[in-house]
Amino acid sequence: MNALIDYFWGAIKGIWSLVVGMSVTIRELFTKKVTECYPENRATMVVPDRYKGNLTMPHDSNNEHACTACGLCQMNCPNGTITVETEMIETEDGKKKKVLTNYFYNLGQCTFCNLCVLSCPSKAIKFDTSFENALFTKAKLVRKLNREGSKVREKKKVETE
Amino acid sequence: MFDFSIVTTWIDTFLKTYLPEFWVYAIEFVVVGLLVLTVYAVLALVLIYVERKICAFFQCRLGPNRVGLFGVLQPIADMFKILLKEIIPINHVDKFLFYLAPFLVIVASFLSFGALPFGKGLHIIDFNIGIFYILAVSSLGILGILLAGWSSNNKFSMIGAMRSGAQLISYELSAGLSLLTIVVLSGSLQLSTIVESQADGWFIFKGHIPAAIAFLIYLIAGHAETNRGPFDLPEAESELTAGYHTEYSGIQFGFFYLSEYLNMFIIAGIAATVFLGGWMPLHIPGLDGFNQIMDYIPSIFWFFGKTFFLVFLSLWVRWTFPRLRIDQLLNLEWKYLLPLNMVNLLLMVAIVLLGLHF
Repeated sequence: MNALIDYFWGAIKGIWSLVVGMSVTIRELFTKKVTECYPENRATMVVPDRYKGNLTMPHDSNNEHACTACGLCQMNCPNGTITVETEMIETEDGKKKKVLTNYFYNLGQCTFCNLCVLSCPSKAIKFDTSFENALFTKAKLVRKLNREGSKVREKKKVETE
Repeated sequence: MFDFSIVTTWIDTFLKTYLPEFWVYAIEFVVVGLLVLTVYAVLALVLIYVERKICAFFQCRLGPNRVGLFGVLQPIADMFKILLKEIIPINHVDKFLFYLAPFLVIVASFLSFGALPFGKGLHIIDFNIGIFYILAVSSLGILGILLAGWSSNNKFSMIGAMRSGAQLISYELSAGLSLLTIVVLSGSLQLSTIVESQADGWFIFKGHIPAAIAFLIYLIAGHAETNRGPFDLPEAESELTAGYHTEYSGIQFGFFYLSEYLNMFIIAGIAATVFLGGWMPLHIPGLDGFNQIMDYIPSIFWFFGKTFFLVFLSLWVRWTFPRLRIDQLLNLEWKYLLPLNMVNLLLMVAIVLLGLHF
C-alpha cells in the first residue's frame, strides 16, 4: 500500500516540479535580454571604470602633466613596455632638474598588470577604458603619451608667506 | 472557406484534356514531389531560425541578428555552408550502410510529411489508414539511426544508436496508444475524416478528460521520438560527442539535422491534426456568428498556427529540463506513461460506449 502511495505521490510531485520549471523559463522568455549589440551601442555602452584598456597620461587645460620623469614605472614594468626619455635642464634659480622629453608606451607588450600606475608617486599615468586597440601595423602600437610642448605641473607654492 | 481542391482538380482536368492519363499522372507526381521537397526545405530553414531565436530568448540572449533583418538570412547562410562542406570519407566504415543511413532517416521523415493535411483540399495522400501509415513510416527513421550508429565503427555512435533504439521502441508504444484513443473517439483512421469530424469542436474538447490526457502523453512521447529536449540521450553532446551522427559530415550530417527539425514539425502537425482539429477553424456549436468569423481565416493558417504553437511548446520543454538518465527515461515510459495510457484508452472506450462525449 505504501508503495502505491509513493508511486502516485511521486508522480504528482514530479509533475508539479515540471510545472514550476516551465513557469520559471517562460518568465525568462520575456525578461530584458542582456546581449550588448556592440558596434551599434557605442554611444550608450557602459564599460566598468576599473577596466584597463589603454595607458594614458592625463593633461590639464594648460597642457601640463604630473610626470616628474622619475622612471619608477619603467623599472616596475615586467615587460619593458614603458620607455621614459629624459633630459637635464637648468631652472631659473640655477638648480638642475630632470624633465620628461618622451614617454613611450608599447601597447603590444603590455599585459595590463597596472603595476606602473600603482608605482607612480605623482599619479601621472592611469588606465582609461577605451578598448578598441586593433591595428594593422605593429609600429602604431608604440605610443607617445606626453603631448607636444607639454611640461610638468609645478607644485603649488604655499601662499602663507 | 477556400477549398484548395478546386485548384488541384482544375489542374487535373486541364491536363487530362490535352494529355493521355499516364503523362498526366507523371507530371502531377513530379510537380507534387518537387513542391513537397521545397516546402520541406523551406520549413526546415524556418524551424532552424525559430529554434535558434527562441532558444536565445529563453537564455536571455538575442540570437542570430546580424545576417539580414533580425538575422532571418542566417539559416540560409548556414545551408550554403553545409552544402559546400567536404564529405569526409571515414576509414573502416561499412560503406554501403554508412551512406544509406541518412537517406533512410530523411525518407522516413518525407513519407510522414507527405501524409499531413496542410489545409482544406491540401492533402497529398489520404489513405483510409492514414494514422496507421504515419505511425508506420515515422518509425522507419529509427532504422536509419541504428544503421548510422552501427556502420560508423565508433563507440559513441554505437551507444547513441542503441539508446535511440531503446527510446524509440518504448515511446512508439505511448504515441500509438494515445493516437488510438482518438481513433476510438472518431471511429476512423483516415486523416481527412478525422479533421472533418472536428467541425463541431476539436477532439480535445469533445473527448474532454481522456482526450486531454492522450494529448499530453502524445506530446511527451512525440517529443521523445524526435530525440530532442530532455530526451536527447542518443546525441548527448557532453557524453557522446554527437551520438549516432558523430562521423557524418557535410550534407549527410545535413540530412540528419534536417530530419530532426522536420520530425519536430511532423509530430506537432500530427498532434494538431488529431487533437486540435488540423486545418479546421475553432467552432463552437451554437455560436454561428463566431463560427463564420473563424471561417474567414484560411485553413492553412489554422494548421500552421496550431502546429507552430505545439512546436513552441516543444522548444519550451527542450530549453527547460535537464537531460534524463537512461533508466529514468525508461522508467517514465514503462512505469508511468504506458499504464496511464492503457487506463486512459479504457476510459475513452467507456465514454464512447456510454455516449458521454460531446
